[in-house]
Amino acid sequence: MKSGSNLEKVLASGKPAVTAELGPPMSADPHEVVHKAKQLKGFCDAANITDCQTAVVRISSIAAAAIAFQNGLEPVMQMTCRDRNRIAIQADLLGAAALGLKNCLCLAGDHQKFSAAGRLKGHPGAKNVYDLDTSQLVSMLKKMRDESKQEGGDPIEVPPKFFIGASWTPMGDPIDIRPMNLLKKVNAGADFIQTQGIYDMELFRAQMAKIRDLGLHERTAILAGIIVPKSAMMLKYMDSSVAGVSVPKAMIDRMSKAKAAAGEDKKKMKELQEQEGIKITIELIHQALETPGVKGVHIQAIEWESAIEGIVKAAGLYPRPSF
Amino acid sequence: MIVGSQKPIDEIWSMVKDFKKVLVFGCNTCVAICHAGGEKEAETIASLIRMRAQQEGTKMEVNHLGVMRHCEPEYFEPVMDEIKKYDLVLSTACGVGVNFLSDRTGTIPVYPGINTSFYGAVPEPGVFVELCAGCGNCILHLTGGICPIARCAKTLMNGPCGGTNKGKCEVSNEIDCAWYLIVERMKKLGTLEKLAEIQPPRNWATSRDGGPRRISVEHIREYEEKEEAKAGK
Ligand code: SF4
Ligand code: SF4
Repeated sequence: MKSGSNLEKVLASGKPAVTAELGPPMSADPHEVVHKAKQLKGFCDAANITDCQTAVVRISSIAAAAIAFQNGLEPVMQMTCRDRNRIAIQADLLGAAALGLKNCLCLAGDHQKFSAAGRLKGHPGAKNVYDLDTSQLVSMLKKMRDESKQEGGDPIEVPPKFFIGASWTPMGDPIDIRPMNLLKKVNAGADFIQTQGIYDMELFRAQMAKIRDLGLHERTAILAGIIVPKSAMMLKYMDSSVAGVSVPKAMIDRMSKAKAAAGEDKKKMKELQEQEGIKITIELIHQALETPGVKGVHIQAIEWESAIEGIVKAAGLYPRPSF
Repeated sequence: MIVGSQKPIDEIWSMVKDFKKVLVFGCNTCVAICHAGGEKEAETIASLIRMRAQQEGTKMEVNHLGVMRHCEPEYFEPVMDEIKKYDLVLSTACGVGVNFLSDRTGTIPVYPGINTSFYGAVPEPGVFVELCAGCGNCILHLTGGICPIARCAKTLMNGPCGGTNKGKCEVSNEIDCAWYLIVERMKKLGTLEKLAEIQPPRNWATSRDGGPRRISVEHIREYEEKEEAKAGK
């Protein structure tokens, strides 16, 4: 075992892994984290604690991860390259490990201009750091863990033992570079990979065939990303505006049909679309897990953590293995 | 070349309004090419300030001047006596020129008349694009001649990130993704496999992070010293 995290153990057992996501609040109130942690606990093997995603200030990933951990949910702390240089990152990693955290997902991070896709003021005038990029961050974590050395070479007496993750956008642009992109992250030392949300399973499977040709599915554990769709509007937005995500027209039509069935009733519209979204999610989970080389799923129910229990149960992934 | 753009006249006015004798001082190299701070632009700014002063009922003498370069003393030394007749120099040179002159004008302040933006090229008349960030350790041979420091919004060395969308950067669909361009260019060059190698963390000390940089070219220094010694004889 590299880290002894629950996620690592599940993957080592050969059973499909399930990770979820917990978005910390834009306030100093810990209760929301506790509440969400309780909703997710038992229904996933670990949950990503986002690190100021979409460049919005929230409780830091490490602090929220520690709160989740104290409440019985295994966290995957996220670490972006946007906000910290290598000194701050390493200090935070040592601190996180000292707090008992065992999984770390390395990310470039959304550009500071993102500001929740323009929905919030955010901090578009912030200075970004990017002292390191994702591959460099992954290799730094590996060096700290396996060689007990800081990036600069100074020794670490008690190294931080992280299960190292990275994200991957399999259908990102330019699509033919993406397998090499993954290769670099794996060579850098990524133990597990969570992909960008997948709706176009056919395209994903074509990319996975290339990954198997490179043998990468045996060197890292790939968890397919599934973003639970809530509405036809959301699917359309994801298709048109989210990088590396394409949604088949048939899926958008299916959701539109569910919406139309509600007639003029707004509440029903929401209900029927959510129901359809959950059905779609379950189908996607099954298709992802049937794809050779996929070792699990990363289910993101954005600001809808309560949906995870039903999804995991309906997908036949409950109970989660325990060790 | 160094590219800049004029500051808004309101901002300029707020800088100059309390002075009685103002010289708008243009530089006729880089910033003249981008129509921001050459002698011609200095003349325009001077007349804008005069107009504003008249509107506001402020008494002020405003003139303009231009020299070839503000970054080497030999170009502005001949006009130094003229410069010293003013109580403010509004330099429309790049930031280098403003700093350099300011170090040499004693009690006369030198204020910036333009915003110095980047090192760029001129792909078509009137358009200027940033292509290099002067990082002090060029790696263009590894990236198909396209700079990820200056042209990627995250200065990624192992790009692209997940934000590339239809060839554009996640920051704006008006900005090309540098890594998209790098990949396409290296495909054409037949060197794509070079990108499989992980570029290690950079040493940013060669960049501005190491503090202000200075390069001393020894053979020129030696030559100059010899010439000076000869002249001294
Ligand atoms: S790598 Fe550095 S020196 Fe080379 S073009 Fe980019 S910023 Fe300029
Ligand atoms: S989209 Fe391209 S240019 Fe923009 S930050 Fe990502 S890699 Fe860099």
